[in-house]
Amino acid sequence: MEEHKHEPVPYRTFIKVWIALLALTVVTVVVSRIHFGAANIWIALGIASVKSSLVIFIFMHLRQESRLFKIGLLILLVILAIFIGLTFTDILYR
Amino acid sequence: MSDSTLANSGFYSEGPRSGILGWLLSTDHKRIGIMYLSCIVAMFLVAVGLGLAIRLELIAPGQDIMGPQTYNATFTVHGIIMIFLFVIPSIPAAFGNLVLPIQIGARDVSFPKVNLLSWYCYIIGGLLAAIAVFSGGAPDTGWTFYVPFSTQTSTNVSLAAFGAFMLGMSSILTGINFVTTIHRLRAEGMTWGRLPLLVWTLYATAWIQILATPMLGITLLLVILERFFGAGLFDAARGGDPILYQHLFWIYSHPAVYIMILPGMGVISEIIPVFSRKPLFGYWAMALSSLAIAFAGSLVWAHHMYASGMSDFAILVFSLLTFIVAIPSAIKIFNWVSTLYKGSIELAPPMLYALAFIFNFAIGGLGGLALGAAASDIHLHDTTFVVGHFHYTMFGGTGFAFFAALHYWLPKFTGRMYNHKIAFIAWGLLFVGFNVTYMAMQAVGIQGMPRRYYDYLPEFHTLNLVATVGSWVLALGLALMFINLWRGIRSGRPIKKNPWGGATLEWQIPSPPPMENFGEEDPVVTSGPYEFKGVTADEY
Amino acid sequence: MSIEHRDDTGARFGMWLFLYTEVILFSGLFILYAVSLAKYPHQFAEASHKLNIYFGSINTLVLLTSSLTIALAITAIQRNQIKPTLILCGVTVGLGALFMVNKYFEWSMEISHGIYPGSEHLAEMGNGITTFFNLYYFTAGLHGLHVVLGGSLIAVVAVLVAKGKVTAERYTLLENSALYWHLVDLVWIFLFPLYYLIL
Repeated sequence: MEEHKHEPVPYRTFIKVWIALLALTVVTVVVSRIHFGAANIWIALGIASVKSSLVIFIFMHLRQESRLFKIGLLILLVILAIFIGLTFTDILYR
Repeated sequence: MSDSTLANSGFYSEGPRSGILGWLLSTDHKRIGIMYLSCIVAMFLVAVGLGLAIRLELIAPGQDIMGPQTYNATFTVHGIIMIFLFVIPSIPAAFGNLVLPIQIGARDVSFPKVNLLSWYCYIIGGLLAAIAVFSGGAPDTGWTFYVPFSTQTSTNVSLAAFGAFMLGMSSILTGINFVTTIHRLRAEGMTWGRLPLLVWTLYATAWIQILATPMLGITLLLVILERFFGAGLFDAARGGDPILYQHLFWIYSHPAVYIMILPGMGVISEIIPVFSRKPLFGYWAMALSSLAIAFAGSLVWAHHMYASGMSDFAILVFSLLTFIVAIPSAIKIFNWVSTLYKGSIELAPPMLYALAFIFNFAIGGLGGLALGAAASDIHLHDTTFVVGHFHYTMFGGTGFAFFAALHYWLPKFTGRMYNHKIAFIAWGLLFVGFNVTYMAMQAVGIQGMPRRYYDYLPEFHTLNLVATVGSWVLALGLALMFINLWRGIRSGRPIKKNPWGGATLEWQIPSPPPMENFGEEDPVVTSGPYEFKGVTADEY
Repeated sequence: MSIEHRDDTGARFGMWLFLYTEVILFSGLFILYAVSLAKYPHQFAEASHKLNIYFGSINTLVLLTSSLTIALAITAIQRNQIKPTLILCGVTVGLGALFMVNKYFEWSMEISHGIYPGSEHLAEMGNGITTFFNLYYFTAGLHGLHVVLGGSLIAVVAVLVAKGKVTAERYTLLENSALYWHLVDLVWIFLFPLYYLIL
């Protein structure tokens, strides 16, 4: 049972990530005012995914955690994709 | 529990507090396990009573002992108690807590306080359900809480649904605890290849508990919100979609049947090698098929909905996917039978229940294929065949595995042995009664008798009568079994460490185990869970 | 009992598992959202315009900033800077409270326009729009509940930091509360574009 000690993440890294998150928020608001049709929603989700990756890997220290934590997150995402995807086999073809 | 004749040794007498508080505030996994076990058995007996009442009502056509509203409430409460208060926590929460930490060589689970909290969630959930039954009309929706009826009926659905929400919470906390424990607290030398199969199946189960149960939580919350606000999310007239409710509900509740059966499979995988004196056949196939069942189980939920009006494409996809589950399940059955082959089989009570499990579960599993195939399901949907199938897997499967676990581990945790002869007789009554009851139910279902009606056409009379008589035999067997176990706990012969000759860690420590499980020194594991060379059973 | 057991990595792993359950809890509402959006794209766009984008944007800034401050608090406690840790926790809780105040004004405004689950005015707006607002209220409401819980949790842990029970040597409690707070942020990162920015 190995103990995993984290090195403190420098304040500056967190502040850079915060600025990136704010910038992405501005981008998502601006882009949402332009008509791309159905693509709008996918762009919004794409930007949200980038933002959440920043939060998960840096703010939540996932980058520093062992592989187990990352595999766990992957399992969660796969299961989520299954739940949503298979529901749409019904919704899209009804 | 606190009976002085029960045991004056081991974890019963040690611990920081004595008396009833020593139990209610204990974070020891064994005490929590015993508390779970007591409550679960009590709940089981209540629900058995309701089940017998249902069968009695169906003894002849027409109204016999209760009217339609009472009948609806009876099968609903029977279902809610059996599913949420008995089957789901039965093996994971009771025997998982008792056995899992010892089997991996740990002192306790990772989060003992959370473990106690999960027991309180269970109790609160059970109390809420009980209040729902006794105040303002017992819920009559069936355990599935289907909309639109559940949002419209005047019975106490909100409270019962919130009770189920709390029980889900309890289940989630147990799952989180077990996954973390198995990853972090294995003793030195307890590699993944040396984990007992019960631990593997509990591991797979715990992942389902974590990843599926919250979906039930949100679904039930939505039902409650619908009842308070009348928002209409599931109401087609207001732009909602009632079938979506069924999707959300079964996204949890289909994986939940694997929460129910997988630990049972784990128990059987522990018992069969011990009483065959042979290593388990195909260890890795057994371990990985547990994970495969857990994963495949999350792909197939909509096979409960072929008749709901969902798209034909979805029916095709889900019917196909459903057959995938048969593969890992068949691997398990074949490997148990291969383990028995040329083994030195001893027909001790736990083994008899394990063999009955294989028989019943094979029937239940094959019946499941008939229901999983869309074509035959259209005929069988909502008939008593479904009820029979479900009881073959959940009662004939998990129930018998639970009884097997009781006969296998109860002596370990009480330090006393029950009477084997009476155990044989009880097993015989149970096995015969069970098969008569539910085989008749399946047969009358194929003839077209719908489920959830208190009345039926005269041509279904004979088989219903057979099923009801079978249920009496079953009840007699249950009574005999529990009395025998209780007498064993009170005044059975004391046993030493290893009455069965098991090779897993729990058989290397005293019966009942001491508070710290392994004393001051943590155990070091040097051999696999089914290596019986040099392991012999103690006389008792 | 007699032997103290400590496993910080295990505690963090358990917290991550708990966060997975929270994600699945919210995902039920997002599935409903996705299905309804596929069914009523135009009504959803129309309904989204009725939401106040300024409230939504300001609350996004507030939550992102609170996520920053609690992340900084972890670095502070790792470096044994107790006073900055307390200030950063305090700012986080304050921002959480600000978020709820915003939410209060936003909801009061909408409710005063007759838009709330089960209202007649909402039912008159037609099918897709009703669904949008019901989901909006339920999702944002559940999220708001998490903001309150997370904020309270951080407040309690801050007291423990002040009392010296949570230290540079032993800060898992603060770290796990921070993880919970980040989850609240994550949910909002998806909630904001999906409800406020649909065109």
